[in-house]
Amino acid sequence: MNQTAFSPAQRALHWLMAIMVLAMLFIGVVMVSTVRPAYLTLVAIHKPLGIAILVLALGRLALRVRRGAPPLPADLPAIQVVGAKLSHVVLYALLVAMPLVGWGMLSAGGYPVVLAGVVHLPPILPHSDALHAALLQAHIVLAYLFFATILLHLGAALFHALVRRDGVFQAMTGAGAR
Amino acid sequence: MQPPTETSRKPALSRSALGLRLAAIGGVLVAAAGAFAYAGGWLAPHRLTPAKLITALGDRGGDPVGHRRNHSKGVCFTGTFAANGKGAAFSTAPMLANGTYPVIGRFAIAVGDPDSADATGRVKSMAVQITAGGQQWRSGMNDSPVFVVPNPKDFYALTLTQDIDPATGKPDPAATKRFFATHPASRPFAHWAATAPWTASFADQTYNSLDAFRFIDSQGHSHLVRWSMQATIPQTPVPHAELAAMGPDYLEKDLAQRLGQGALAWHLIVTLAAPGDPSNDATKAWPADRPQVDVGTLTVSAMEPEANGPCRDINYDPTILPSGIAVSDDPLLPARSAAYARSFDLRTAEAGAYPRTGGHL
Repeated sequence: MNQTAFSPAQRALHWLMAIMVLAMLFIGVVMVSTVRPAYLTLVAIHKPLGIAILVLALGRLALRVRRGAPPLPADLPAIQVVGAKLSHVVLYALLVAMPLVGWGMLSAGGYPVVLAGVVHLPPILPHSDALHAALLQAHIVLAYLFFATILLHLGAALFHALVRRDGVFQAMTGAGAR
Repeated sequence: MQPPTETSRKPALSRSALGLRLAAIGGVLVAAAGAFAYAGGWLAPHRLTPAKLITALGDRGGDPVGHRRNHSKGVCFTGTFAANGKGAAFSTAPMLANGTYPVIGRFAIAVGDPDSADATGRVKSMAVQITAGGQQWRSGMNDSPVFVVPNPKDFYALTLTQDIDPATGKPDPAATKRFFATHPASRPFAHWAATAPWTASFADQTYNSLDAFRFIDSQGHSHLVRWSMQATIPQTPVPHAELAAMGPDYLEKDLAQRLGQGALAWHLIVTLAAPGDPSNDATKAWPADRPQVDVGTLTVSAMEPEANGPCRDINYDPTILPSGIAVSDDPLLPARSAAYARSFDLRTAEAGAYPRTGGHL
């Protein structure tokens, strides 16, 4: 593929999901650390937003498979190429895994999975304290891994934009697409 | 189009420009990580967190590991809720429509030690999960007519006064006295605790939602309510001095003995507020003349020890509500939800400390 930028649909999904995922992570750490009335509001947002991310992530993966990605610069050091590819795999995996782990955790905890009002999702796992405990631990560890990977991704993006100035950043902003 | 490397590679940066740009990138990352840490409360050690509340509740003596951190000593029950349909005028909740729905519940005493002598618990509680139409109504109710504090901050302060002092191995009774002396909102509860007759049974108590909720009817109108599970058998007062001699599991044995003779019943009574009744203060009773509607009958037909019982792994979070019932602005409700979740998260991970084959009976 000789494109220099992601397709408009890919760029739109990237930025939309960037906002959604950051919102999820911030909501997550606030909601587990507060007993104030905001707690209930944040929990009520966290569940449907997570499922929306799952749906969009699956769409985005399909788009990525179909449309691919612009090539990385030919002179990018091999270690950075590996870092770029690996971090993207981790990000895609987390986009799908985090909502599934959360959904599974609520299922195993015997909680109703409420999206909004009477719109419930079915449980995807049996009611089990051991499963609940394991998935909760996974949800926490993966959330910190997610935030750390996003920081790495952001740092790398800015490095491309400000230091290397090699067009990689513009491939996602669309500024260099023409 | 050509690969970006050939079109957009720019001339090398000067040393100072490179340093500045790298510093800017570092600054963005530090700011992002700092915002995350701020949001999570790591920079605000005084924030009242669910973890702090639950730690304080767990430090009141005994070993609650593997158990609920409050209402730690309890027993499961199963039964049904038979709705008579009268509640449907005020709420579209599926379990208020005429019909009979399964219930998994729990009786407990409001203590931190799962090995307490249950007859000596001043506050008894009933929790229910009623399932209907794929939805759940979970409610945790106490036998006091009002709650002890109006907000989570005071609840935390009160709990700290009940914590074991490592120097003496006991809580400091003067600390609890000081709390009640300095918190006038807690006086109605303190008056009940000092004057209400003690009984040695879960069966003869009326259990109250304490917090206010909103019923939403089919027109979309909201009704401020509280509810009670009203006992159907008279109370048998027992002198306080006799309770401690009754043994550690007296209430469980009493319940088993009563259920051996037949099911027990409670009426679910919904109280409708008048304009001006407090929605956000569970320490204040509503006037006695408020309209009350009997919306159905809870029948408790069987009990099981908690260790392997169906209530063990249920979090009786009072904000798990069906459509047609919503929380009010009572600040205790979000705090209960957050703290119960923390307690549930701990005990599901500690299940090994509470073997499923155990139990008190």
